[in-house]
Amino acid sequence: MTEKQLATASAADLAAEPGKRVTINKSGIRWGEALIKSWLGLCAFISIVTTAAIVFLLLSETLKFFESVSPAEFFLGTTWTPLFEPSSFGVLPLVWGTMIVTVGAAIIAIPTGLASAIYLSEYASDRVRRIIKPVLELLAGIPTVVYGYFALTFVTPSLRNIFTDIQVFNALSAAIVVGIMILPMVATLSDNALRAVPVSLRQGAYALGATSYEVTTRVVVPAGLSGVMASFLLAISRAIGETMAVTLAAGQTPNMSLSMFESIQTMTAYIVQVSLGDTPSGGIAYQTLFAVATLLFAITLVINIVSQLILNRFREVYD
Amino acid sequence: MSFSSEQESIYLARRHRKAKLFALFCAAITWSGVLLLGILLYQVSIDGFRWLDWQFIDSFPSRFPERAGIKSALVGTVWLICLVALISIPVGVSTALYLEEFAGKGRLAKIIEVNIANLAGVPSIVYGILGLAIFVRYLSLERSLISGALTMSLLILPVIIIASREAIKTVPQSIRYAAYSLGATKWQTTWAHVLPASFPGIMTGVILALSRAIGETAPLIMIGALTFVAFLPEGPMDSFTALPIQIYNWVSRPQEEFHELAAAGIIILLAVLLIMNATAIFIRNKTERRLK
Amino acid sequence: MSQFPDPAAADQVQIMHKKSVLELRNVDIFYGDNRAVKDVSFNIRRNRITAIIGPSGCGKSTLLRSLNRMNDFVEGARVEGELIFANENLYGKDVDPVSVRRRIGMVFQKPNPFPKSIYNNIAWGPLINGYNDSTDELVERSLKQAALWEEVKDRLHDSALNLSGGQQQRLCIARALAMEPEVLLMDEPCSALDPISTAHIEDLMFELKKKYTIVIVTHNMQQAARISDYTAFMEMGDLIEFNVTKRIFTRPAVKRTEEYVTGRFG
Repeated sequence: MTEKQLATASAADLAAEPGKRVTINKSGIRWGEALIKSWLGLCAFISIVTTAAIVFLLLSETLKFFESVSPAEFFLGTTWTPLFEPSSFGVLPLVWGTMIVTVGAAIIAIPTGLASAIYLSEYASDRVRRIIKPVLELLAGIPTVVYGYFALTFVTPSLRNIFTDIQVFNALSAAIVVGIMILPMVATLSDNALRAVPVSLRQGAYALGATSYEVTTRVVVPAGLSGVMASFLLAISRAIGETMAVTLAAGQTPNMSLSMFESIQTMTAYIVQVSLGDTPSGGIAYQTLFAVATLLFAITLVINIVSQLILNRFREVYD
Repeated sequence: MSFSSEQESIYLARRHRKAKLFALFCAAITWSGVLLLGILLYQVSIDGFRWLDWQFIDSFPSRFPERAGIKSALVGTVWLICLVALISIPVGVSTALYLEEFAGKGRLAKIIEVNIANLAGVPSIVYGILGLAIFVRYLSLERSLISGALTMSLLILPVIIIASREAIKTVPQSIRYAAYSLGATKWQTTWAHVLPASFPGIMTGVILALSRAIGETAPLIMIGALTFVAFLPEGPMDSFTALPIQIYNWVSRPQEEFHELAAAGIIILLAVLLIMNATAIFIRNKTERRLK
Repeated sequence: MSQFPDPAAADQVQIMHKKSVLELRNVDIFYGDNRAVKDVSFNIRRNRITAIIGPSGCGKSTLLRSLNRMNDFVEGARVEGELIFANENLYGKDVDPVSVRRRIGMVFQKPNPFPKSIYNNIAWGPLINGYNDSTDELVERSLKQAALWEEVKDRLHDSALNLSGGQQQRLCIARALAMEPEVLLMDEPCSALDPISTAHIEDLMFELKKKYTIVIVTHNMQQAARISDYTAFMEMGDLIEFNVTKRIFTRPAVKRTEEYVTGRFG
């Protein structure tokens, strides 16, 4: 073959002018491509549909609930006996119960989580990291019902040895166990936040003759503060939404006492209680489910959005 | 100079001591977390160990602790893993591919992204309520495996999507450009190069998500998984129970023996989780090596 | 020979006899509001090597990428003017960028082989484009054209990532050639390589231009002077001068060109 024939042959054998959908082969691919893109987009759309469904569902049933019960009674009332006569629909005891457990858990998890994060990012050698990181992952992966079991069979009996007048179902036990549950979350996320602080910042501080304590507390943590705070918020949100451990550990007694030795009921525990019984659709009991769930959803949503805003600001600073 | 060098060196010694104490304090706290995990696992093991035998695995639950077993719960959990995997993996990975490769940076993509981040933080019990209202009641799927699987899939979908996106992001742009320059379409490039390269990361995310799904109890309670099931489900429309539900049921009973049975059930549950995570690590190592 | 779908249009033959493969007419390229390439016009002649030189940021890579529509992947990139290839404006309404890239291939600055075997790197492009003849022959042919066959013929199924930098770049050239493009675009193909690999590739280009048309962007003036037939000198988005390479480097028409090629700036 001469060079000219080679050149001609190769060009002629290729597809015709660019752009024109000449052969069926090629339009076939384009058509398939469009189909695939539609399928992928449809899947992405499902996430939007899910949110819409959650919002629609919760709101519509809650509105029906507010037809029978005034918002004032719901949000301001301090007695919660929706399933008995005389029925009272003040949700504050549930909110209070959730709050005590969450605050208790936060008091346990936040300082220890942060301390662990500091240890991991500032002090621990690679070898130690390689042991502790998987341990944290394991702790985080333990199902919540196991924590509930742990509360009932280990924590509460141990507490009863120390405080003799503590009840079998009590808020303290739940708080401890939920605290342990969210600790890995605080530790891992804060560790990520602290590691993102540039090494040069640390080195600058060390070069001025600062000790590791001073560098950590006055330079690194303040620099990574947004990430650390976001981790706190996310952990708190997780604690608020926690169900099984509190149900098992803290029981089902809505009350607003200040004592952590007594049984309380969280919003999530109430929802479980109602669904374990047989709830006929449309009754007031069914609707209380949604009202409480909407409140729960709203609270966690707000916290999550705030933490996301903080995280975005944190990413901007270092990108 | 506002203080003498002697004072300065005393002050310095104090600062160093403080730093050392602080480091020790942080280390102690961290290691006590490890200790705690050890205590927890130890506690569960000694409580449940004496109930762990073949009869336990092979029997149905019963009012009598000696005859009770987790067969129905174990089978239910295995069914759930399979169904949830079948539903959530294609949808989750497809969504991640759409967002990373096809969607561009417009407003719609941003909305979906924010939406998914929010869904990741919604308490699992809300998903349970969603499942109850839509799958059990509205679609009349009743308290079946498929209702449970669909609900769980929605729950873990954000986890899969976020993990898959991270994996896809790590594929270097130069690979895509090389493929495009050869006259490949977006999907051809994605299928032949992006997906295989991100496979290990996606697998890890999927296993993590499935592990979460197995351990969740609240949504299954909401959609009505039964707590006393003395039969094995034979199809997706059958009612069922699952390991965490059975464990919950046993823990809630007052008798000591049932608590121990619960511990045995927990050991089985943790064993299942361990197997899954080990599989994930194995798959990840194998595929990572092949790509090198 | 190759077995691509066969249109055999009469005007194909006519196109083949035109001297210019690609004609640029008043090409502007924008990134958002920023005009990176301003009113550039010149022709790329068939079976010749055309070099585009200029200081960093002058727009030469941007211009090169517009020739095979790779700028489409940059957010906010916009091309105005005409790029005529095979009687069509590459940026015309009906034009399918994927088809353009089959006929105008590209080799990148940093070698980017797929994390697959050497064999699959080369075979993949043609296969997804409908090639249904012997892939063994295709792979051998392409590797020979890229002067890599002898070095890898016994390990075709090894990972491409095990090759050295220079070998990887020749693999990328082979991969692009497997598509039998009419034009091969090369974006600073030797800048990440050592001098010996660079020399290999420059020798290669002399062979390749018998069959292909090559457009190369390079910041290495000596390289442009050595291997190219035509040179375009750009600065800050403008085409300062386009001429036969010998003229550009011995008797440039524009003073600015002379200043650049004698090293007074850039």
